[in-house]
This record gives sequence, C-alpha cells and structure tokens, in this order.
Amino acid sequence: MTGQATRQEAAQRALAGLPPSAAVWCSGLHKRYRRRTAVDGVSFTVERGEVMGLLGPNGAGKTSVIKMLLGLVRPDAGEVLLLGRPARDPYARARVGYLPELFRYQPWLTAAEVLALHVRLAGVAVPAGERQEGLAAVGLGDRAGDRVGGFSKGMQQRLGLAVALVARPELVILDEPTSALDPLGRADVRDLLLSLKARGVAVLLNSHLIGEVERVCDRVVILDKGRVAAAGTLPELLGQRELRLRLDRVGPEARARLAAAGRLTRGGDAYTVTLPAELDDAAVPDLVADLVGLGVRVHAVEPGRISLEERLLDILRTGPSEERS
Amino acid sequence: MTARTVLTIAALTLQEAARRKVLRSLALLTFALLGLSAWGFTRLDAEFGGLTSGEARLAASAVLNLVMFGLSLIAALGTAFLAGPTLAGETESGIALAMLARPVRRSAVLLGKWLGLVTFGSGYVVLAGLAQLLIVRVTMGYWPPRPVTGLALLAAQTAVLLTLGLLLSTVVSPMASGVVPVGLFGATWIAGVVGAVGDALGNSGVARVGTVSRMLLPTDGLWRGAMNAFQDPSVLAQFGVAFEGHPFLSETGLTPAYVGWAALWVALVFGLAALAFQRRDL
Ligand SMILES: Nc1ncnc2c1ncn2[C@@H]1O[C@H](COP(=O)(O)OP(=O)(O)OP(=O)(O)O)[C@@H](O)[C@H]1O
Ligand SMILES: [Mg+2]
Repeated sequence: MTGQATRQEAAQRALAGLPPSAAVWCSGLHKRYRRRTAVDGVSFTVERGEVMGLLGPNGAGKTSVIKMLLGLVRPDAGEVLLLGRPARDPYARARVGYLPELFRYQPWLTAAEVLALHVRLAGVAVPAGERQEGLAAVGLGDRAGDRVGGFSKGMQQRLGLAVALVARPELVILDEPTSALDPLGRADVRDLLLSLKARGVAVLLNSHLIGEVERVCDRVVILDKGRVAAAGTLPELLGQRELRLRLDRVGPEARARLAAAGRLTRGGDAYTVTLPAELDDAAVPDLVADLVGLGVRVHAVEPGRISLEERLLDILRTGPSEERS
Repeated sequence: MTARTVLTIAALTLQEAARRKVLRSLALLTFALLGLSAWGFTRLDAEFGGLTSGEARLAASAVLNLVMFGLSLIAALGTAFLAGPTLAGETESGIALAMLARPVRRSAVLLGKWLGLVTFGSGYVVLAGLAQLLIVRVTMGYWPPRPVTGLALLAAQTAVLLTLGLLLSTVVSPMASGVVPVGLFGATWIAGVVGAVGDALGNSGVARVGTVSRMLLPTDGLWRGAMNAFQDPSVLAQFGVAFEGHPFLSETGLTPAYVGWAALWVALVFGLAALAFQRRDL
C-alpha cells in the first residue's frame, strides 16, 4: 500500500516535470467483455487545443475506448491521463465535457435544471446567464423551462451538447454528436466544433460522418477490431493527390510525360494522374505547360484529393498491418 | 468535493421522489389507510363501549400495530420501488453516463442517493405514523408509551430495506431490485411470526427460524421493537401467556446490541453496494 503510494507520488513528480500535458494520453488500453476482446492495445494522444477524430466501423471499440478514458468502464490494462492527471482520480475529469453515445438526461428535470445540476457536479460556478446562452447555442434557448421528458430525440442530443460544454471544459469528448440531428443541427455542430477549436479547447470526436471529421479534425485515429489501424494528421493519412484531366491529341510522348508525373489511368479522353504526396506546388503548372508544348489540347484540369472516406475504406479493406504509424 | 456531490445527489433524489408519481401514489395509499383506520377506531369505540379499559387498551395496541404494519409496508413498497429504479434505471437508460463522467466518486453518488432515499422514507414514516398516532389518540384516547422510539425504529426499518434495494440495483435490473426487497421483507415478517409461534410453543427449532431471519435481514426485528414501543406495557403483563406469538404484539423491546447489529448491517450492505457500483462497467 505505502509502496504503491510512494510509487504514485514518484510518478506524479515525474509528470509534473514534463512539458505541458496532453489533453488525453492513453497507452495500451485493453478491454474484454467476457470472451470478446473489444479493445486490444490502443494508445494515442490528443494534444491541447487539437481536434481529433476517432473513426472506425461498428463494433471497432470506439465507444469502449471513450468510456475507458472517462472511467465509466474499467480497462483490463492500460493507463490514461486526462489533462495531465491519472484518470483514476475523479478530479481529472473536472475540466472534461462528455456527450455519450446513449444520451439521456433526467426526464423529470427541465433543461435549465439539468445544466445547473451538471455545473454543480463539476464544481464550477457558471452564472445562469451563461448557462442560458449555452442552451441558446444549441437551439434550445426557448425550451429552457420545459421538462426533458417531453423533448424529441434530437432535442435531447442538443441538450447533451449543451451539458458537455456547460462547465467550461478544456477537453470535450463527443461520441457521435450528430447521430440524431437534422442537417441544420449538423451544420451547427460543425460551427460549434470550429469555435471550440478557435478557443483552444481539445476535442475528441467519434463520428461516422466522415465529411464532418474531414472538415474539422486536425488528426485522425482509425480503429478496427479494437486496434489502431491507422493514425496521423489528415495530410499524412490522405497523402496522395489526384489530378483529373480531359485531353485530346495525346501522343506517345505526352503519354510518357503524364506517366512520369504519377500513376496514370485513362478512360476515353479522361486521364487521372495520382500524384505523390511530396510534390511541390509548381508540378501541376509545369505538367500542363509541358503537355501544351507537346501539342496536347487541354480541356480541363481538375485537382482532387483522395477523400478520407476512400482512404478509410481502403485501410479497412486492406487490413491494418501495413498501415500502422 | 465529495460532500458537495453527496448533498447534490441527495437533493436530486428528493426532487425525483417529489416529481415522480411515487409521491402521489404514496399519499393516496396513506390517506386511504389512515381514513380506514380512523373509521375503524371510531366503530371499535362505539360498538365495544363496554370494554374494560384493559381490553380497550389491548385492542387499541393490536389494531394500532396492525395499521402501523400497513404503513411500514407502504413505506417499504414505496422506497423499494424508488430505490431500485433510481440507480439501476439510471445505469440502464444512460442517465448515469453523463453524471458519472463528472468529477465525482461513484461511492459519493451512491451515498447521496442513499441519504436522499433515507430522508424521504423516514420523513414519510414519521409523518404518516404521527398522523396515525393522533387518530388513535382522538378516537380511542390511547397514546403509546414510547412514540419517538417506535417511529425511529420504523424509519430504521425503511432504511434497512432501501439499502438492500440499493445493493440489488447495482447488480440486477430495476424491476428485480424493487421486487426482491419487498419479497424478502414479507418473508422475514412471516419467518418472524413463525419464530414467535415457536417461542410460544417452546419449540426452539421453530423459534430459531425467526431469530436467524431477524439477523439476516433486520427489518422484522426492528419492526417488533417498534411494535413494542407502540403498545401499552401493562397489556402483556395482564394478558401475557394468551398472546404469546401474536403477530401484532411483541413481548420484548430491542436490545442495544440488536440495534447496533442493524446499523452495522446497513453499513455492510452499503459498503457492498459501493464496491459493486465501483466495479461496474456502464
Ligand atoms: N456492455 C457490453 N457488454 C458486452 N460487450 C460489449 C459491451 N459494450 C461493448 N461491447 C462489445 O465491444 C465491442 C466494441 O463496442 P463499441 O461500443 O466500443 O463499438 P463502437 O466502435 O462504438 O461501435 P459503433 O460505431 O456501433 O458505436 C463490440 O464487439 C461490442 O459487442
Ligand atoms: Mg459507439
């Protein structure tokens, strides 16, 4: 017991000496539910002020990882630090906001009372005006005095967002925050995420809406079957770019020039060149100038990115082994 | 931090009890029972005006205890059906997810629930019990010898039962965690009656049934103590032998050791509940 205490103290002293702690740091998380392994050695970091996306197919273990971060599920192995504190200490969650995948709030309380309750539990003083603004920000400004039991599903999820954001968090963990929202609500959440990012709040976002993730996230971790299948910044993950061209009078020399620029595919007069990631900005104009010089008639040049969706499907289909980073 | 959590959750639990239909149904049941007993007591007085004062006191004691049993049953049902769903229901529905992700200890949340429920249950028992005592006073002119002890023991009985409900609600479904304590409450009461009959017949084997069940779940023991506090002490002295084993009269009061055991029992069961809740995956 005392040995453990001194070891903990030593660990804390070591931690105190480190540079500014990450918003989330987890290492070697494992979880088994009876015989089924749900999470198998997951480690990642969310830096302060960073928006990180957590992606993966159904049953990949995303929600399980999130619950382990928040102490809602006990990991079988692994360590978690939230905002620099070991997650075993409940106080580590003082500055953490959470929207669960299964969002439900006391049906016998009003929306305003739910927020007041969470503020009290979080131990921060947030004036009523600010709480009301929080409700207004998720589109519930005029429903503050209504019982939650009478809310529609999407309204409850909006309330959940307000709850996650009410206690001035430094880290917000959102588990599928738009699963019940209308298109307008989804756009609102995107704006909300961008404003959090602008204020330097770290966000861990689990979502199946890849477009959403692609637009707001700095980095992405892709889980598959309980393991990290890939992780990195969006440019790192998406890497390659594409160039779609419509050309005619393409001679053999021009074709050779195209092939030299990248992997070439052709369908009729549409040519697609997959460019390597580390290409500099002059590469595309140079290519076009060369093609024109070779007598090719250029109808259209359209740069394109490989979308995160294509990349995700690619990673999940080819398997995680060679994609680990 | 912990004290704030406990108080916040206790207040929330009381608010839930007040806003849910539990309170309304409890109030209705209680009024029905109190009204019936008031009517019964006035009839008793009118029909048997010729009873000797000793007989009248015996009747009053027995009927008062019968009605108090009804009240404690209502309190047991009410709190058990409040205690079960409040925790098991919240973990099942997902309400607990957002709350327990706050900087709170689970044991503090559980203690807050317990405190809120005990306050609610005791408040109910004391108010309804007091109303009943006043009814008997007005109709029969009978006032029990130790009303405060009696009401306190009834409140303790409620606390025992809802602690059990809380323990169950950390491991089983909301419905089961409401039904099982009530069932056990009834079973211990019957075991207590059986034991008292065994006592009266001098059969120690049968008597042990009551003793053992009273140790396993202290509701019946506390209930017998409460009965003893409500009834007229001269009654048993007078009619002694004839009423041994009577389910609504109790010969002996409570020993401090037994009250201590009941307190320890509550602490142990609460500790188990806290342990089970702490380890639980949500
Ligand atoms: N309480 C539980 N009991 C048993 N198994 C569970 C439990 N929770 C999760 N699992 C299992 O753990 C695995 C991961 O589940 P998890 O909910 O983390 O997936 P997810 O990535 O969030 O999926 P989704 O995209 O569908 O939300 C699944 O195989 C699931 O069956
Ligand atoms: Mg999930």
